[in-house]
Amino acid sequence: MAQAKHSSFLTYRGGRWAKFALVFSVICIGLYFAFDFEPVRNGGSWYGYTLGTIGALLILWLAWLGVRKRRYNPGNWSLKAWTSAHVYLGLSLLVIGTLHTGLQFGWNVHTLAYALMVLVILSGMFGVYFYITVPRRMSDNRAEASQVEMLDELENVSRLLRETSLSLQDADTQRILDMLAKTTLKSGVMTRLRDSHVRCPNARALKDFKVAVRTIEGDVQRGMFDVISVLERRDSLLGRIRRHQRYRALLELWLWIHIPATITLIALLIVHIIAVFYYQ
Amino acid sequence: MVKQSDIKFDVAIIGSGPAGLSAAGRAAELGMSHVLLEKTDHLSDTIFCYQKGKHIMATPDALVLRSEFEFEAGSREDILDRWNSKAESINVSLNAEVIEIKGKKENFIIKTKAGDTIEARHVILGIGTQGNPNTMRCPGGDKAHIQYSLDDPDAYFDEDIIVIGAGDAGIENALGLIRRPELENRVIIMNRRAEFSRAKDANVKALMSAAADGRMTIMTESETQEVYDKQADVSTKDGIRTVAADRIIARLGSAPPRKFIESCGVEFASTDRLAYPTLSPKFETSVPGLYVIGALAGYPLIKHCMNQGYDVIENINGNTDLKPADEPLLIHLFRALPNPEAVSEWLEFLRTKIKIFNGLTPLQMREFMLDSKVHVFDPKKMVFRRNDVGDSLFCIAEGAVAVRIDPNDLSKTITIPEGEIFGEAGLISGRRRNASIFAETRSILVEVPRNAARKLLATVPAVQASVDRTATERLLLAILGQGLQKEDLSEIMETATLETIQANEYLIEEDAEDADVFIIRVGSMVVEKEVAGNNVFLAYVPAGAYVGEMAMLEDGRRTASVKAAVKSEVIRLKGEAFKTLLAAKPKLRASVIEKFADRRALNSYIEANKDSFGGVADMFTARANFLMKQGLGEATDALLIDEKLCIGCDNCEVACAESHDGISRLNREAGTTFDHLHVPTSCRHCEHPHCMSDCPPNAIRRAPDGEVFIDDSCIGCGNCERYCPYGVIQMARPAPSKPSLFSWIAMGAGPGPGQPPKAWIKKKAKGKAPSGPKQAVKCDMCKGITGGAACVRACPTGAAIRVSPEEFLDASRSKVR
Ligand SMILES: Cc1cc2nc3c(=O)[nH]c(=O)nc-3n(C[C@H](O)[C@H](O)[C@H](O)COP(=O)(O)OP(=O)(O)OC[C@H]3O[C@@H](n4cnc5c(N)ncnc54)[C@H](O)[C@@H]3O)c2cc1C
Ligand code: HEM
Repeated sequence: MAQAKHSSFLTYRGGRWAKFALVFSVICIGLYFAFDFEPVRNGGSWYGYTLGTIGALLILWLAWLGVRKRRYNPGNWSLKAWTSAHVYLGLSLLVIGTLHTGLQFGWNVHTLAYALMVLVILSGMFGVYFYITVPRRMSDNRAEASQVEMLDELENVSRLLRETSLSLQDADTQRILDMLAKTTLKSGVMTRLRDSHVRCPNARALKDFKVAVRTIEGDVQRGMFDVISVLERRDSLLGRIRRHQRYRALLELWLWIHIPATITLIALLIVHIIAVFYYQ
Repeated sequence: MVKQSDIKFDVAIIGSGPAGLSAAGRAAELGMSHVLLEKTDHLSDTIFCYQKGKHIMATPDALVLRSEFEFEAGSREDILDRWNSKAESINVSLNAEVIEIKGKKENFIIKTKAGDTIEARHVILGIGTQGNPNTMRCPGGDKAHIQYSLDDPDAYFDEDIIVIGAGDAGIENALGLIRRPELENRVIIMNRRAEFSRAKDANVKALMSAAADGRMTIMTESETQEVYDKQADVSTKDGIRTVAADRIIARLGSAPPRKFIESCGVEFASTDRLAYPTLSPKFETSVPGLYVIGALAGYPLIKHCMNQGYDVIENINGNTDLKPADEPLLIHLFRALPNPEAVSEWLEFLRTKIKIFNGLTPLQMREFMLDSKVHVFDPKKMVFRRNDVGDSLFCIAEGAVAVRIDPNDLSKTITIPEGEIFGEAGLISGRRRNASIFAETRSILVEVPRNAARKLLATVPAVQASVDRTATERLLLAILGQGLQKEDLSEIMETATLETIQANEYLIEEDAEDADVFIIRVGSMVVEKEVAGNNVFLAYVPAGAYVGEMAMLEDGRRTASVKAAVKSEVIRLKGEAFKTLLAAKPKLRASVIEKFADRRALNSYIEANKDSFGGVADMFTARANFLMKQGLGEATDALLIDEKLCIGCDNCEVACAESHDGISRLNREAGTTFDHLHVPTSCRHCEHPHCMSDCPPNAIRRAPDGEVFIDDSCIGCGNCERYCPYGVIQMARPAPSKPSLFSWIAMGAGPGPGQPPKAWIKKKAKGKAPSGPKQAVKCDMCKGITGGAACVRACPTGAAIRVSPEEFLDASRSKVR
């Protein structure tokens, strides 16, 4: 594995796009302060026009990543290279966009467009943060098991629990059966993030049984110890699955802001451009 | 029906597969008195046992069908129905398993298991290669509740079932039986050994997890001693145990039919597992009047089988001039030669000119040529270049070729003359060509593809020996270089022996005092050194390199251990002889010492840093061992995923599906992980692909860039799927076409990119049963797609990488340094 071949999107080709974006941003900032633009330091000057055009095209190009990611045509493209450029050029847009405004903000559609752009970029920064921090933890957590395997295993352990619980006293058996009937894994993204251990019926049953087992004796007690050990196994499995789902949610959730905000941004961008040309 | 034991038949045909049926059909048509004996209670058992609804292919397309029975591509049911109704016109005897054939031409006496005897003037054996399942030998092994196959795992309820056998068949049966817990079967799987080493990882994993949950019981190191009606005595480590058994499913593999055939007096070409009976051009065996046709004769496709059935009857009936139906294929093959219609003359020409063909029968010659290609090369034209991928064998029928022995000096060549072979190195090692070769004069070359060539070597032991010798000599010349000549090697060649090393077996042990040098000819080796009680991984040595030269040069003990990463073959050279050679050739000595300086540097570095070492080396060793275990030792190119970067978006799978008929050939999540390095379920493009072992139409090949791929001639038999130890081949039909990306983005039309869900495919089919064949699909490394592997291109973070083991293990070694 030659080093050049195996690098992350952030270090792609020694950070070629990072350097490019940095140099470009510095030049823009330099020019901004080097000249006294007429009439004002904003989109109205030739400098402002240039930055505005570059910025608008850049936004369209950045948004095109959504299409690039899903077009699997033959060719010498690499999505890693695209992501790398996307991240760094996207960050430089913060400079380009801000300079383009000439720091003239107000309660209007122009500033709204700017705010949205910042929102997209901020969410992107969160995305990158999750992309570099979550995978490792997700990998450790899933430890070779695939999601399907984890769910299969959960089903098996649940069945085992049902069987072992038959040796308990009726009320306890019923509690286990009720608990199993209630599905404990939620699917929505937000619930996945919030789904907690404390409220998990399995964990509560485990806690209660651990207390109860000390008050009984003989076969019943032995039966309950068996149940407890299965509950414990199920508890750790559920924990693992929840963590897995949480990690997946973290890796996806920010896109739920990034993408709709991008779409809104493009709409506002069009409004902004039309407004500028027709009403000025 | 005639009472069979009363008359003597003109011909008795044994086995009612396509070959036997077709023979019987022709015999009936010609009015010959005949009988078709079939072991089972239905015709054509091999085809009968195909999966329900299997689409049967009629390859090769160019071959005409010669048979009274119809056959064209279609569903199993259709074909069997037609054959069954046609079979009413022939004399069939079902449930007649032949167990003995005695006598000779005009007077054969055939015995069946049921005790009948049948007399016949000629006998045709068309019993296929499936053989008989191995049966239980212990007392009670013939009880009625013992079965050797499992058709419907859901057919049993509340039973104690023992599955015997540690292969994939046994494990899959056992898992099938517990798939529906509501059936409440109690299943035990029993294995004679301690581990399930013959089965696929995924199967073993599933088995272990089922056992951990108490859904199944595993009994290892156990064997049945006696079977009773409802139970069985089983020997275990702790003595004999009695186990409840309402049903026993024994999956003990099957015995090839060879023993039975040899017991009829028929000779085989060699003792090799791949060898076939020796046959005349008319399919007659070494026993006159006894013929062998079909898969057993080495022709594994239905159409070939049927044609042979027809031809063999014509011949027995006196029509000896009939040209075989494959004549047009051979004419096509010889099209580059003058007068290609003279097929038998050309076959004879090639057979006598090319040394390794000398010992073949004309029939074998025909068979090998059907798989081969004939080229005519003009002078100076390249046949192949160094580092090309290629594993076929070339034979020089006329002319001569030149080998460039020094990549740095193109003028240095040696000549390989008429009658000889070349390309054997690639064939044997499975690696890239080690030299460039061009035609010296106008040459006629026969190119025998890998599988046919291996079969050829297996069939004729003398050929194997002579190819081995040539290969050893050339490998030595190629590896040692330095202008060595054949003559220089004569002494060392005397000491050279070929040895096979099993995976994980040690070839060289650290501190031992032997001094032989080994050349790795097949497979690969791992070099290890003991540091503070642990074996540290030093290097991965692929085929085509040598090991063991250090002790020889320094007259010392072995400084490191060398073990086989996969099953390998090495050439052992006596250290003394090698030393003499070096003494005579100072230039060679210098080059060997130069190479070995590197290895010694690494060795002494480790010696010097023994104490400070620990962590890094251990981690690296553990990782290298993990990768070896995952089959990377025999891989040429594998997909790995760096889980420190993988965000689980599955865009790799989606891209794979989008690039290949909507079916993803890779499963990212499945597979094993070590130190955040994940080996997904995806083809490793092995040096000696297991999947190629038994492909009837030879549809699995290696492409010019090294990819192992399956072409359209796949008949969907599923052999490769079973042979692949990594579980990367699946049987699938192309997914239906989807609405475009933009209508999906804009209007949500269709299921979006990637492999469409089953439900969508079903809906799209509108209730119609899926048509068209299921074929084997696997990763072809995006052969022919610009940009290369789609999975890697489509990875947004750079987690997916494709590597060859050398690249990988070398780069990681530098981390240790
Ligand atoms: C899953 C699968 C799919 C395949 N798909 C295709 C395809 O699509 N197209 C294609 O061309 N080829 C296909 N093949 C290959 C093809 O099926 C075989 O090459 C072909 O059936 C061989 O024919 P045969 O007549 O030589 O022997 P078989 O078809 O094997 O028939 C042998 C017969 O002999 C009987 N028999 C055995 N021993 C005895 C005995 N002692 N006494 C009496 N009878 C005996 C057996 O019961 C059997 O009925 C496939 C093979 C498999 C396994
Ligand atoms: C205005 C500027 C930006 C726009 C319009 C934009 C737009 C988009 C779009 C449309 C996608 C495709 C999402 C998908 O289909 O899955 C995307 C992905 C992404 N963006 Fe941005 N983006 C912008 C800025 C940024 C910035 C500044 C960063 C980082 C600092 C960033 C990081 C990412 C990342 C990491 C992805 C995911 C790539 C992948 O998983 O394939 N984006 N962006």
